[in-house]
Amino acid sequence: MNITASVIFVGLFVLIAFLGFAASRWRSGDLSQLHEWGLGGRRFGTWISWFLIGGDLYTAYTFIAVPALVFSVGAFGFFAIPFTVLAYPLTFSLLPRLWAVSQRHNFITASDFVRSRFDSPGLALVIAVTGIVATMPYIALQLVGIQVVIGALGFPNHGWTADLPLTIAFIVLAVFTYTSGLRAPAVIAVVKDLLVYVTVIAVMIVVPMKMGGMHAIFAAIPQSKLLLTPPDGNSFGQYSSFITLALGSAFAVMLYPHALTALLSARSSDTLRRNWIFLPAYSLMLGFIALMGYFAYSAGLDKLPEFKSYFADYHAQFAVPGLLLHFFPPWFVGIGFAAVAIGALVPAAIMSIAAANLFTRNIYREYINPDCTDAQESGMAKLISLLVKFGALLFIVLIPQQYAINLQLLGGILILQILPSIATGLYTRWFDGKALLLGWSAGVAYGAWMVSTLSFKASVYTLHIFGHDIAGYAGFYALLLNLAVAVAATVVIRAAGLDSKGDGTLAADYVS
Amino acid sequence: MKPQPPACARKLGPLQVALLAVPCIAVLVVPFYNRIDPVLFGIPFLYWWLGLWAPLSSLFIALAYKTSAQSSLQ
Repeated sequence: MNITASVIFVGLFVLIAFLGFAASRWRSGDLSQLHEWGLGGRRFGTWISWFLIGGDLYTAYTFIAVPALVFSVGAFGFFAIPFTVLAYPLTFSLLPRLWAVSQRHNFITASDFVRSRFDSPGLALVIAVTGIVATMPYIALQLVGIQVVIGALGFPNHGWTADLPLTIAFIVLAVFTYTSGLRAPAVIAVVKDLLVYVTVIAVMIVVPMKMGGMHAIFAAIPQSKLLLTPPDGNSFGQYSSFITLALGSAFAVMLYPHALTALLSARSSDTLRRNWIFLPAYSLMLGFIALMGYFAYSAGLDKLPEFKSYFADYHAQFAVPGLLLHFFPPWFVGIGFAAVAIGALVPAAIMSIAAANLFTRNIYREYINPDCTDAQESGMAKLISLLVKFGALLFIVLIPQQYAINLQLLGGILILQILPSIATGLYTRWFDGKALLLGWSAGVAYGAWMVSTLSFKASVYTLHIFGHDIAGYAGFYALLLNLAVAVAATVVIRAAGLDSKGDGTLAADYVS
Repeated sequence: MKPQPPACARKLGPLQVALLAVPCIAVLVVPFYNRIDPVLFGIPFLYWWLGLWAPLSSLFIALAYKTSAQSSLQ
């Protein structure tokens, strides 16, 4: 057991638990209103939004999984950089429009927007369910991040005691989310980012110094890993999968319910636009984090006898914890590990709030108790946020970790299928709700079928077209089919005069 | 009957779309940057090119934001 590191780790954890509870009184509002509990009263300014959105999109699992991918496969893992660079320019004009229309109509979720825009309860239900299903394994994966660092601290990583620290961490998370709502992750996100930035900058300075410079680090990476496989005769090599993964992930990231929750909590649409200027700072940080995979590979951490059992348990996911343990004194390891664990709590809190908002607004209020009061609605959301988290905890404790990873891959493909409804809906009412529903069904079915042929273990599917092998992100291919079906079905439905004309929004609602 | 958009409304014109497209194209031209040379501070081209576009994308988004503010005042 690493005592010094554990003491620092637990100390920082207690600090953020305290902040999480204190957050309910910060810029306090009437927490029996769903927009107060679930969106922080839509009052967050530029800086808090920056921390909240960043803390939300760049999760603990990112810190663990991106370097792990780079550690195992090399250059291909760097698709994470084009992905985050693309995410902001592509959504710069889209999301302020969503903010504006949501603020005017008190929409809490993307499903609220679709319900009103397309006058289609069916489409709205499907969007809510897609969001919830995609979010659940994502929450579970945040626990994987915590699990890896708790194991690396020297706590037992087998048997029932192994799950105890994780369970305690999660109870703390569940209770402060229940009491403080979105204000808790907003406050904690600031601490999380400070810890992450300190850790990443220290690693970027110390490790290359100790290893003889960046040149020495890259020299130890085999040539086959250092570059993407170029196209040959009848295949596009890794190029097509690299590009489609980056594009698909860039669109998907902003469609996740937790991303929209953080976005809608901003004070104004201009707050979001200003954020879009400064959020790429996180992209740079992600680039540094990806490099850590090479640092770990170059240092040969998986060959060290003291790490052998960890790599056996956690595989490449141990790259970053191993790097900290190998190159840093125990007190700093405590800080770095706390950054990962707290980095898991912020998104997990926002995800559970987002899933709760969806269930409450678009299922409970729509179908179960249409006459509920505002206080009942908010109370139900709090309860669901608890259920969602304990579901995730059970999932991680009882079921092999690989299932959560596979389900999260599938979740990314599913969430991408709501893009046509939301992105086109923000600009045009040309599409018909029923056609979008058909497109969604085609996309989901095709996406699920593609990953089923890969045994749900990977998301890169190879299409065979005219003798060419085009490997690409299954979510992206499914999205293309989804769009094609939605366009074709809209044309047919309109021609048959069966289209619905209902629209609860005005053109001016989108502008601000 | 439709209410007028508020004075602060920001619209994207061709200039803003072009500005936003620059960082997107820069990270999508894989055949161009999938190479080792030129190496900078020991870092192969692929890696420093991608890393460079994180801060540069900020710059282009900022330009799109600033210019869209001007066009709305006219």
